[in-house]
Amino acid sequence: MHPLSVDRSQFDVRLPATTTARGFKSARLDLLDGLTHWRLWGSLGWNEIVQRYRRSVLGPFWLTASMGVMVIALGVVYAELFQQEVDRFIPFFCSGMLVWTLMASYLTESGTLFTGSECYIKQISLPFSVYVFRFNWTKLIIFAHNFIVYLGVVIYFRIWPGSVALLAIVGLLAIVVNGIFASLTIGMVSARFRDIPQVINSVVQILFFLTPIFWRPDLLRGHAFITRYNPFFHLLQVARAPLLGEMPSTENYCAVVLITVLNIGVSVYLLSRFRGRIAYWI
Amino acid sequence: MVTSAFDRTALLAFDDVSVSFPIYQTGSRSVKKHLLFRGTGGQLATDASHRIVVEALRNVSLRLTAGDRIALIGRNGAGKTTLLRAMAGVYQPTSGNVTSRGRISPLFDIALGIDADLSGYDNIRLRGMLLGLSSSQIESHMADIGDFTGLGDYLSIPVRTYSSGMMTRLTFAVATCFSPEILLMDEWIMAGDAAFLAKAQHRVASFVERASILVLASHSFEICRQWCTKAIWMERGRLQMFGEIEAVLQAYAEICAGGT
Repeated sequence: MHPLSVDRSQFDVRLPATTTARGFKSARLDLLDGLTHWRLWGSLGWNEIVQRYRRSVLGPFWLTASMGVMVIALGVVYAELFQQEVDRFIPFFCSGMLVWTLMASYLTESGTLFTGSECYIKQISLPFSVYVFRFNWTKLIIFAHNFIVYLGVVIYFRIWPGSVALLAIVGLLAIVVNGIFASLTIGMVSARFRDIPQVINSVVQILFFLTPIFWRPDLLRGHAFITRYNPFFHLLQVARAPLLGEMPSTENYCAVVLITVLNIGVSVYLLSRFRGRIAYWI
Repeated sequence: MVTSAFDRTALLAFDDVSVSFPIYQTGSRSVKKHLLFRGTGGQLATDASHRIVVEALRNVSLRLTAGDRIALIGRNGAGKTTLLRAMAGVYQPTSGNVTSRGRISPLFDIALGIDADLSGYDNIRLRGMLLGLSSSQIESHMADIGDFTGLGDYLSIPVRTYSSGMMTRLTFAVATCFSPEILLMDEWIMAGDAAFLAKAQHRVASFVERASILVLASHSFEICRQWCTKAIWMERGRLQMFGEIEAVLQAYAEICAGGT
């Protein structure tokens, strides 16, 4: 009964044929195809932000407002607690908080990256990276809104970081690249093991205190290993230091390169190996 | 059936395809879901790492070529939906290969990607992007969709303000606008008021005819006969029979009447 004996010569090769891709090729195709869908994830991500703040007066600028209030309130309290000058401490705390919020949101929210897109994944075969890019795009939009607080602080305290501030773009780029691949990894692992998001949530809370955001790294004195072996410190430094007019250290840059290579390696390996399983996990 | 203007090179081939769903014991949610979902059909088995799996498709080989109009029949849980999803590339086969030539458009959930807060026009654009169309292709269809829905100025306001009838018109028009080479449909799309239905019939007909390959899962013999020339009969995840529609429907009807 199988009509497998169809004469092949009747097909010309005008349309490209695709066969089930497996292994590294499937990961590479997925990431590249995902990039070409930029219109789709661009508008899905943008709609998500717009929808969250629809009909509110400030709209997405609520993000800016709440970040601003937190930076000022905590900044004043911590400056008092740590006996620091407010006009030196608030810019430090503000820039650190902005970068940390971005990194923390990659970690804590990427657990639902694939499970939250179940209705799409089960209905239509899109590159999985589309969901990753959409997620990262919304995080970047939120960061852009929060960043306005930094501009306000710079103007209010009359600090001028100088041309070194341009290095912050490089640092931010490093964070975004790491964010893309880390969220891909976390999204996949969390789709399979549903406890992972909870574990990450608890770890991120601890990391907030272990990373020099509201305390200065030079307070550590003999315990420099706390920052030295903390990958988030190095990622934080390459973006924060230039915002404050300082130069990140060579050690920071070397660490970030190493982290990025490892991060991409792990996530591309996982995608190559398990891409075909994601739809079964969710 | 008129089989005029479609691409003759489209192809969808399954080569010894199996799909099995693992049941993850730690997640009661997924266990329940899979058992409810697959209840009567797939066979339970254990895989290499001693996990319990539901074998939803077992060693399915088939080759669909341009002009094929396939009805997909079988009892609940026989693997019809899984077969369609494997065809759409949603499930990568556990073993075996799927080869396709031509754009595949699954039409399982016609409301997929509808965002209640966006206007009718924006939803049309979003849907077009989901199906992988360029913005110029989408804009060129815009007038046609607006015309078909008869919604007029309503298309500029958020779809959450639409009545359910208006919503159906929009989703239906959007879903049937961009015709793919390979069209996969789960249940037959039928909804809306009587006047709309007559209009819809005509549109579905032209939509389906433009597709090079059609696979339609349905329980209604009448609909199968109306649209299809061949049929695939799935039974417990296996391809029981594939051939001319009347022969398959007859064999299937005999088994059903036998009450097994």
